[in-house]
Amino acid sequence: MNALPARIGALLLLALALSLATEGFATATNLLNVLRQASLLFLVASGLTLVIIGGGLDLSVAANLTLSACTAALAFKATGSVAAAVATALGCGLAVGLLNGLLVAVVRVPAFLATYGTLWIASGAAYWLMAGRVVYGFPPALRGLGTGFVLGVPTPVWIMLAVAVAGGAFLFLSAAGREVFFTGANEEAARLSGIPVRRRRILVYGLSGLMCGVAALVYLGRVNAAEAGLGDPLLLPAVAAVLIGGTSLFGGAGGLAGTLVGALILTTVTNGLNLLDVGAAWHPFVTGTIILAALGADALLARRGA
Amino acid sequence: MNGPAPLMALRGVGKSFPGVRALDGVDLEVFAGEVHVILGQNGAGKSTLIRILGGACRPDEGHVEADGRRVAFASPAMAARMGVAVIHQELTAVPHLDLARNIFLGREAAFRNRLGLLDLGAMRAAARRALDAVGLRADVRTEAAALDVAGQQLLEIAKALSQDSRVLVMDEPTASLSVPEAERLFAIIRRLRGEGHGIVYISHRMPEVKALGDRITVMRDGRRVALLRRGEAGADALVAMMVGRAVALSRPPAQTPGAVLLEAEGLSAPGIADASIRLRAGEVVGLAGLVGSGRTELLRALFGAERGAGAVRLGGRPLPADPVRAAAAGLGLVPEDRKRQGLALGRPVRDNLLSASFRRLARRGVAWPARLEREARSLVSRLSIRTAGTGVRVGTLSGGNQQKCVFGRWLSAEARILLLDEPTRGVDVAAKAEIHATIRARAGSGCAVLLVSSELPELIHLCDRAYVLRDGRIVGELAGAALTEAAVLRLAVAQEAQAHAHG
Repeated sequence: MNALPARIGALLLLALALSLATEGFATATNLLNVLRQASLLFLVASGLTLVIIGGGLDLSVAANLTLSACTAALAFKATGSVAAAVATALGCGLAVGLLNGLLVAVVRVPAFLATYGTLWIASGAAYWLMAGRVVYGFPPALRGLGTGFVLGVPTPVWIMLAVAVAGGAFLFLSAAGREVFFTGANEEAARLSGIPVRRRRILVYGLSGLMCGVAALVYLGRVNAAEAGLGDPLLLPAVAAVLIGGTSLFGGAGGLAGTLVGALILTTVTNGLNLLDVGAAWHPFVTGTIILAALGADALLARRGA
Repeated sequence: MNGPAPLMALRGVGKSFPGVRALDGVDLEVFAGEVHVILGQNGAGKSTLIRILGGACRPDEGHVEADGRRVAFASPAMAARMGVAVIHQELTAVPHLDLARNIFLGREAAFRNRLGLLDLGAMRAAARRALDAVGLRADVRTEAAALDVAGQQLLEIAKALSQDSRVLVMDEPTASLSVPEAERLFAIIRRLRGEGHGIVYISHRMPEVKALGDRITVMRDGRRVALLRRGEAGADALVAMMVGRAVALSRPPAQTPGAVLLEAEGLSAPGIADASIRLRAGEVVGLAGLVGSGRTELLRALFGAERGAGAVRLGGRPLPADPVRAAAAGLGLVPEDRKRQGLALGRPVRDNLLSASFRRLARRGVAWPARLEREARSLVSRLSIRTAGTGVRVGTLSGGNQQKCVFGRWLSAEARILLLDEPTRGVDVAAKAEIHATIRARAGSGCAVLLVSSELPELIHLCDRAYVLRDGRIVGELAGAALTEAAVLRLAVAQEAQAHAHG
């Protein structure tokens, strides 16, 4: 579905080209590093994928990651308990997600506006809570989520795979997941089929928020510090990962495997540009070109198929 | 070739899509001053034929001729410039533009004043003339969204006429029109024929075919199986040619109705006032009335899709106005506009068939793909849905097969009360017969069916009993021998008759 094999092929070609062009790419250390970097991006993009498949949009993911990380950091500093930090991050992420869900599904604010509003609110709340401070220094139990290894593979990569498998199972094996697809493809037809459209919407926004909470923990573990605005640079790459992955912005089509490949393509490109010593100023330009190339190829293929 | 060249012709046109040979060596000539009817069942190739005539797709083989010269339409706009206008079954008006702007969409340049600005007054005047030509009385400044389906259909025709089209292709134009509206349309078609237009007319309604068709092309499986002149074949013979076998349309044996399943009392919602109805197990009940009389609104209110006042009771218990509860309680709605309200066109046939039963089919929340596939395949075969597979996008199926998918959804959900809004609209004769048979079979197995149809013979043919709506109110109930076309019409149009008498 959605030319996923073509995307995997593109990723492999990219990797092959970089292995030939650079000495540093095809090393175990570098590849694991790419995977580790992709994991944070994927976690933020995974919930967003569910929301977009359901016909919505969640612009608040990066701000939600920021707020969840900051509240978790403060909770840890206040209690000294890792469990409290984990509960706070997940709780905060889920709460912001559910707020989005309620705004979109019950108050019926268009998704773009509702989540654009919560983006500012979550971001502003983080600035207010942190008041310019940087909270840093977390115990190994928490740091392990970002920097640890299990069986030689970074822990966040395991988390990424677990989320991809669980999310994929939700989308393709659960009744609710099938209903999310149908709702995204035609909300009115879904409503007239007796699908609980409102509950499905709240569910995907809630899951999106929860994923931001998970991402916040991975971030804290890796960076070992929290400050306001920490997640800001992730919003547009997250959207890019979803789109490059082949999920339709119009809803009703897509999947997490695509987003995983999308996140890997984006990260690999950045990694490759660094290895090739291309200045950081070029990165956004290259990212934009890749998005247009991927979506343009889709459009061409779709027209030929029609 | 002797005599005048046809306005438009297809010569040996073939067209294939992945897995389907849609057209195979089809010839078609449309002369000035004729109505050329095209008959064919689901998947016979009519839709593709229309797309080729209208420039929406190109033939793989053969070619198109206009005025005896070979042309290649690169786009619908080019076809329009050559004088071909297609009036699609799915309406294409831009909802939030007013009627004048809809009619002249893309042709605003014709109304530039000396300053190069749009002369709205002139455009509106021209729009007024175009709407008058089809008898649409609405203000040219109203938004197209405010028109009902019949109004939008007339708008499309007005638009085509305003383009000086010489060839008009009409895809089931009366599918959603009430009887007087259809009569008005026939008058317009006859006038256009008299003025030298060539009209390609797609319809499944035999009386129309008889009344309008100068020549009839019968299609089957992408081929032309017959080209007939008016009166050369009777309705039965035409149906037989279309389906390749004889179809029996017999009246159902009278059912003995069972217990009251669904009951509405004093139901009011936007478009309906104080409606009370009862549906019994094993009964097919009609809901008659002109387009806009509140039939659709009543069905939607029963299903809970429209909030209103009054009580709906299911087996004696109150049913809250909520489609989720309604569907869970065994109600099923087949909506009027299948593309906008019925189907997710980009999703596979499978998901469209199962959208109301994913949860029923799931075990502990897990909807195993194999189980879904088995259910979908069984529905495809039960309803004879013509598709290359259950994974095919439903939007690629023909109208009749799409409608069967919406229908199948409620079979899968095991709905006991079916609310059907024009279930055979835009569906060919054979599919229609199959849908009729399904409706009867459901009633026979103890379901209650409430059927809205603009086609009176269909309503009379299928229903044991019918309510007649006028201006949002139930004005009568007819049953048994009293249920005749004339009796329904008298009730449905009484208001208009009075207005005439007093006017």
